Amino acid sequence: MTAYLVRRVGQAIVVVIGVMILTFIMIHMEPGSVARAVLGIHATPGRIAIFNSTYGLNEPLYSQFVTYVQQVFHGNLGTSYQLQQPVTSLIAQRLPKDAILLGISTVLALLLAIPMGMYQATRRNTLGDHAFTSVSFTLYSMPDFFFALLLIALFSVQLRILPPTVPAAASVGGLLADPKALVLPVATLALVTVASFSRYMRSSAIDVLSQDFIRTARAKGMPERKILLRHVLRNSLLPVVTLLGLSLPGIVAGAVIAEEVFNFPGMGLLFYQAATSHDFPILLGSTLVVGVATVIGNLLADIGYAVLDPRVRYGRP
Amino acid sequence: MAAREPRLGAVAAPEPDGTVGTAGQAMAPAAPGPLRRILASFLENRVAVAGAGIVVAVTLFCFVGPLIYRTNQVTVHLNLENLPPSGKYPLGTDGSGYNVLGRLMLGGQSSLELGFAVSIATSVIGTLYGAIAGLVGGLIDAIMMRVVDTFLAIPGLVLLLILVNIFTPNLFMIIVLLSLLSWLGVARLVRGEVLTLRTREYVQAVKVMGGSKWRIVTRHLVPNAIGVIIVNATFTVADAILTLSALSFLGLGLPPPEADWGGMLTNGLNYLFDGFWWLVYPPAIILIITVVAFNLIGDAIRDSLDVRLQRL
Repeated sequence: MTAYLVRRVGQAIVVVIGVMILTFIMIHMEPGSVARAVLGIHATPGRIAIFNSTYGLNEPLYSQFVTYVQQVFHGNLGTSYQLQQPVTSLIAQRLPKDAILLGISTVLALLLAIPMGMYQATRRNTLGDHAFTSVSFTLYSMPDFFFALLLIALFSVQLRILPPTVPAAASVGGLLADPKALVLPVATLALVTVASFSRYMRSSAIDVLSQDFIRTARAKGMPERKILLRHVLRNSLLPVVTLLGLSLPGIVAGAVIAEEVFNFPGMGLLFYQAATSHDFPILLGSTLVVGVATVIGNLLADIGYAVLDPRVRYGRP
Repeated sequence: MAAREPRLGAVAAPEPDGTVGTAGQAMAPAAPGPLRRILASFLENRVAVAGAGIVVAVTLFCFVGPLIYRTNQVTVHLNLENLPPSGKYPLGTDGSGYNVLGRLMLGGQSSLELGFAVSIATSVIGTLYGAIAGLVGGLIDAIMMRVVDTFLAIPGLVLLLILVNIFTPNLFMIIVLLSLLSWLGVARLVRGEVLTLRTREYVQAVKVMGGSKWRIVTRHLVPNAIGVIIVNATFTVADAILTLSALSFLGLGLPPPEADWGGMLTNGLNYLFDGFWWLVYPPAIILIITVVAFNLIGDAIRDSLDVRLQRL
């Protein structure tokens, strides 16, 4: 177990360094200069020179990278070109709101998807199974933004029971104090993830149902309810642990769209606005945060899996 | 679409060490070949055949349709804007006076071309990369896989949003960028397959008989991993079409006068509350049906590959 842990943590560290290199390279692929993009075409050479020296853009690339890494380890992600605020504090303001949005919707998705997948697996190829399959395929194949706007059209415009946007200045407390505004963004993210989670749960449970130990349990006369709860559910939940770790980037990408539709003041919206205004420090900082979060998520999922299932620990390639 | 990483019900290995393989390969009979076996069980599956039928119909609609039903998709006619469906315009016209039915065909061309091109490119790149990593092993494998992990750690849509800012988007550029971001999953899958397959007795036997590495790859490993690759390729088509629509929604898709279904849908959604339903539902329905069809095909092929499922 220790060897596995060390190997896995080592891999995670390498990947985090990789993420830093990748984001750094990408940002510097911008054609023309950052100064031109930010200051506009009427900027004087003097202004450009000041901009470049302020942000250290006139240094050689490798030394910019070294500075960048040093600053990151000191908790400094630079200053936003457009908003003139430290990126760290911009992210710190928004990350808790995303934790609420993504956390609630993921928990909701799991609560819906696990029973749904179990139901489908135990009643494979019945009408109920096909109905749920059709629903999840349609949800999964629908562009998120279209789904979100349909929800707005129904609940905000037709029925007038839910607000279509989240108050832009909402703080974490404000979000929780006004849960009505959260319903639609959470529903959008949850229903799209339910589709993939429940399919996953279904195939995982079908897999477990075909195992020999289930036949043994049935042969010794264990009640079907007990078999499902004690053997099938627990074993088929194992891969879902991995799925949670793996699905983080997907959920974040969904959040970019959902936040743009509902004007939710989270990281996704921050990122999207930065992407359209060439605000590289924000792009770099938030990409790094998401990347590190994903790596940690995957690491925790893998370790959790290894703790729960000893077969993984000893599986050498 | 790189946006939603875990595939519908895909059974992923908990650790990319190839400890989990599809049971379908366990049997690996010499004849009939894997491709024919997949085709045979594919034809037995009604859902998959229906999916394939939809794909063929939509492809014909988009590529042959414009030859029969000629419409103007270049010149803007503001006096014809947002006309409701009529005999002359079966699905009405949009805000620029374009015939919506004709535009669905044009938009479908971009969406489908993108889907197929990205799917083929990622399959080739990912297969080669994964096969090399799995076969060579050791340090090189470790480095290659950490590169994959790095790209996978950042959401594809996030990378795309940065890249689309750097490169001016046109269809070819978006195909290139999406391919560069979508081959990672295939590479992991193929590597996992190669790792399990290369320890099998028949591969060892080829080695003992003096077969070259190249022969092992082309004659034994790739044919046996082809099922996984095909399943992934069909899902990639669906995902790529969805990603393009997401990009269009964010205003970073194809610039006009080019069109894609996602872009048409985004345009239509601006009029959602004006009652111009013909700008919203036709592109939405054709987009969703096409993506569902590709997902159904992929799902059905995967089921047919899994021997354990057939035993139930």
